[in-house]
Amino acid sequence: MNFDLSEDDAALQDSVARWVQQRYPFDARRKLAAQAPGFSRAHWREMAQLGWLAVPFDEALGGLDGGALGTMLLMEQLGKGLVLEPYVGSVLLFGGLMQRSAAQRGEWVPKVIDGSALGALACFERDGRDDLADVQTRLQPAGDGWRLDGDKALVLNGAGADQLIVSARSSGDRFDTAGLSLVRIDASAAGVERTPLQLMDGQWVANVRFRDVPVAASQLLFAPGEAWQPLHDAADQAMLALSAEALGVMQVLHETTLDYVKTRKQFGVTIGSFQVLQHRLVDMYSALEQTRSLLIRAVCSADAGSAEARRDLLALKVMVGKAGRLIGGEAVQMHGGMGMTDELIVGHGMKRLMVIDTSFGNADVQRTRFAALAA
Amino acid sequence: MDTRFSDEDMAFRDLVRAFLQQAWTPELAARIDADASYPQAIVEWQRRLFERGWVAPGWTKAHGGCEWSPTQRYIYELERSAIGAPEVLPFGIKMVGPVIIKYGNAEQQARFLPRILRGQDWWCQGYSEPGAGSDLAALKTRAERAGDHYVVNGSKIWTTYAQHADWMFCLVRTEASARRQDGISFLLIDMKTPGIRISPIISIDGEHSLNEVFFDDVRVPVAHLIGEQDKGWTYAKSLLAHERTAIAGVGDSKRRIQRLRELARRETSGGKPLLDDPLFQARLADTEIELMALETMELRALWQASKGQGPGAESSLLKIKGSEVQQAIQQLMMDMAGLFGAVLGDSGHDFGNEARRSFMYGRAATIYGGSNEVQKNITAKAVLGL
Repeated sequence: MNFDLSEDDAALQDSVARWVQQRYPFDARRKLAAQAPGFSRAHWREMAQLGWLAVPFDEALGGLDGGALGTMLLMEQLGKGLVLEPYVGSVLLFGGLMQRSAAQRGEWVPKVIDGSALGALACFERDGRDDLADVQTRLQPAGDGWRLDGDKALVLNGAGADQLIVSARSSGDRFDTAGLSLVRIDASAAGVERTPLQLMDGQWVANVRFRDVPVAASQLLFAPGEAWQPLHDAADQAMLALSAEALGVMQVLHETTLDYVKTRKQFGVTIGSFQVLQHRLVDMYSALEQTRSLLIRAVCSADAGSAEARRDLLALKVMVGKAGRLIGGEAVQMHGGMGMTDELIVGHGMKRLMVIDTSFGNADVQRTRFAALAA
Repeated sequence: MDTRFSDEDMAFRDLVRAFLQQAWTPELAARIDADASYPQAIVEWQRRLFERGWVAPGWTKAHGGCEWSPTQRYIYELERSAIGAPEVLPFGIKMVGPVIIKYGNAEQQARFLPRILRGQDWWCQGYSEPGAGSDLAALKTRAERAGDHYVVNGSKIWTTYAQHADWMFCLVRTEASARRQDGISFLLIDMKTPGIRISPIISIDGEHSLNEVFFDDVRVPVAHLIGEQDKGWTYAKSLLAHERTAIAGVGDSKRRIQRLRELARRETSGGKPLLDDPLFQARLADTEIELMALETMELRALWQASKGQGPGAESSLLKIKGSEVQQAIQQLMMDMAGLFGAVLGDSGHDFGNEARRSFMYGRAATIYGGSNEVQKNITAKAVLGL
């Protein structure tokens, strides 16, 4: 048992924390988010130079082999600044799938690491909600290769990506896990139509339409119909990262709220002197510590390759949803009218937590999955 | 970071497991379950642990303890609860023992500690009073010095097992000082002393474990004062922090969830196991997830303790979440028993009585050891700086 960080891990944590502090004053964030793609390419280059885009990749591919722990440390700090750069979409989902593909990793992982490729994963559809297997987009044989047709909804980093990985059905029926394929598509290819959309947390996503898009066999990441497991695993990795980010957001909201109740005066006293608020602030802190505990648990079991890893992850995602609602809601409430203003980070933090909860399935969805595992 | 136990700790676990399998017999379990044989049987259990040298995990070896690391103590607790064996009575081993070791004099240590280890004396705790519950420092029971004795007058309440106890460790007021925490002393009182009267309190589980204890000119030798007169609050506080860490009860809750799951597999509703009911599944899942968070939170606290830090303010969170999980489990079992859980006495139903009694007794968990509301006050002040 050991809950201390190694020197290397602590150094990574510190350097990300410093960068976030310098680059992400709240006003700067608001300006960045104002128009698509909602982040800065200059920031992305810096993150590449600092080696952060290499954290989750194997050393053999030029990565840092940072494991789930490395990703957690990074994402938690990015969460504290509500950082907009597409780490999950480009590095963990696009890059993570490329690393899993023996055919593609040599070409694409180095490009993700040096920041030259900005990617996204188009894996959800309007009717499928957050079910990765509910895929109606079709990949059909055409000549020597294939043809892609379908509509993908709310693709993370869909507005900023140059390259897309798209899930499509090459065989089987609508909800089957077998028969799913993943293909890489150039975002500017003929037949690809993107509609950028902004989410309430500031990030830009896109609906993407594919019409008769030609796909060469070399664009497939895995053998036709055999993409389910890597897709599922990459999504799990993203959930873990989003949970770590959520912890960072929760910390900011709790600290901000704590500062506020210690200075805001009503009835001649600071409102933090009221016991009714004190107990609720302890409830927020308690939810934060529960989330932190489950995050550490899930990260350790992921890195140890434990049989409990998925159960731990689902438990974490349930807690992230529940704790996020509590902390986000209470932060706004305790700030009173100020909590309603767009000027403060508080509402933005709440919205980010709401988006994280619902990404890849909210607390209710994950709880059902958790129960199914145990039964 | 790594949440796994070391090889050494795993070897220790095997040792504990082997011993418990041999020492915790079905025959003893049955005697502990029956009210009439409980007092003798729980002492017998303590004697078996004593003979193995494992009765006092946290005591120093010089006083007959094990000097286990915090991790070893946790592992022992997990193994003990997994097999369904009870804790030894906490009043001697966990509560007054460490105070005597830390603050008692050599004579007191020689007189009391060996008997505590062997379970020869049954101890009870004299803290709460009718006017001093969460606000413990409001206690009024007086002790006036008269030669080489203190004369004690007043009353204590919620005294668990006072009816069986040989000794009480008791907080008394020796000085009416400006600061209420000053002027409190820590006395050891022989329960056979004239002037002590015990009045039973029947609790909502229908059992008699609680009592009110009255003191009418009870003479206590000055030799039974722990540490210095008027400094008892310090000693009492060290004991409360200790009480809180043990209170999370992760191992016991794990076992009870296991039991819940087994019952829910058998119990049917509309011809289908309750375990397949989505609403029941969701409630069970939420409780299990809370318990998983609690377990890792406790491991984190253990890690701090193993580095010589704590138990600090985090023990309040462990107490709050631990007792909430216990009550959530009890509620689920009660709901599963339905109306059978309401039957007093034997209805032929397999777990109705068990469900009701543990539910009712379990209400105390959020009240004792400093109520959860008091724990929140402590956390607000000590952790959040409010």
